[in-house]
Amino acid sequence: MEKLAGINRPSATYLKAIGSIVWKDLVTELRSRELISAMLVFALLVILIFNFAIELQPDLRITITPGVLWVTFAFAGTLGLNRSMAVEKDHGCLDGILLAPVDRSAIYFGKAISNLAFMLIVAIIVLPVYSILYNISLFNPGLLLVVLLGSTGYAAIGTLLSSMAVQTRTRDVLLPVLLFPVIVPVLLAAVKASGGYLQNLPMNEIWPWLNILIAYDVIFTAISFMVFEFVVEE
Amino acid sequence: MRPQPKVLTFLTILSVLLFLAALGMVFLFAPIEAVMGYVQKIFYFHISNAWVGMLGFLVAATSGVIYLVKKDLKWDIVEFSAVEISLVFFLIAIVSGSIWAKPTWGTYWTWDARLTTAAILEMIYLAYLLLRQGIDDPERRARFSAVYTLIGAVSVPITFLSIRIWQTIHPVVIGLGSSDAQGSFGMTTSMLITMFFCLITFSVVFITLLWYRIRLGQLSEQVDQLKYKIMQ
Repeated sequence: MEKLAGINRPSATYLKAIGSIVWKDLVTELRSRELISAMLVFALLVILIFNFAIELQPDLRITITPGVLWVTFAFAGTLGLNRSMAVEKDHGCLDGILLAPVDRSAIYFGKAISNLAFMLIVAIIVLPVYSILYNISLFNPGLLLVVLLGSTGYAAIGTLLSSMAVQTRTRDVLLPVLLFPVIVPVLLAAVKASGGYLQNLPMNEIWPWLNILIAYDVIFTAISFMVFEFVVEE
Repeated sequence: MRPQPKVLTFLTILSVLLFLAALGMVFLFAPIEAVMGYVQKIFYFHISNAWVGMLGFLVAATSGVIYLVKKDLKWDIVEFSAVEISLVFFLIAIVSGSIWAKPTWGTYWTWDARLTTAAILEMIYLAYLLLRQGIDDPERRARFSAVYTLIGAVSVPITFLSIRIWQTIHPVVIGLGSSDAQGSFGMTTSMLITMFFCLITFSVVFITLLWYRIRLGQLSEQVDQLKYKIMQ
């Protein structure tokens, strides 16, 4: 009996630790609204600038939209990742969390889930606005699935790299430089899969991209889980 | 200071001799390719440079993992040296490839799987150097760069695979090429011999350079320690 309790309890505290970090981030964000509002305004500005940079003519829209959307998410994402880690670092919160008697990877998962939540909230607002502005329907369950898968991969690797970047001298400048070269498969696959759904391509043309997204999500969540300890070690 | 090991001196002389021999083989021994002419001669050094670039990447990723397990700064020096050397060799591979591509494909650059992956790999090397520059604490620098090489090593094959799903026009010299590859050619025996000779030559050059760079890293570490002693 005691053995059973010994097995059960760590996993329960593990999940609880993840839950409380996510809860802490969401509550802080609900009160300050610093991070999401910055990401959101930035995302809308990027879309606005794209309107001038490449003329989103009605006949080209359907092919260009996935690219525009993912570039927007990627840029807004770095903003959010930087901020979410910088807040922890600046007020010494990270040291406080690290002192907690939980596995370090629980901290990683907590941060990654809240980063993912922020990205999804931004996406949920950006997608309808984009639909209205460009008269193109983005309410496609397939597209939403791609947004979820793509954001998961992005948050998985982004959380790890941003916790590295905040501990360097160059900080915010460094994150995109570190992140973008390794995030290429996610962006490529997400753009292709979103395009496939928007253009109603047959599923056998979309599957390879979904497979890459799923494989990337699994592989990089696993790697980050294993190496996060080395990144926050003092 | 430790004197230069005799094996290293030998390797240096060997590298120079092999390099001269490789040049001789490329220009005198290997036949001129029928369709592409002289420009095909770039191929021998292009493929050798790319090989060394990849080899260094593997050495760096392996030393990164060993560092994370053993926490011995010696492996950080190996990792850093391998990345630095590969960065240069890979850049030469990209540039020489572009020079070859202009007359063969009619353009310096296409967004084909290998070219794009090569460019991204080069970006990862550069990001790695920027990451190192931003950290002062040697122990933390070693940890972070080991983690980053590990991530890079895993992401590059996925990147290649995902871009590969687009059609490629890069010729596949060994193995099955895609039917729309342009600029591929059948290799005669003397071409194959020259290619492998160049690959061996560049591998020796890589080992020599890596050894020198590791020694340099160790020496600069000693200098730092001496400086620290004087300041105390």
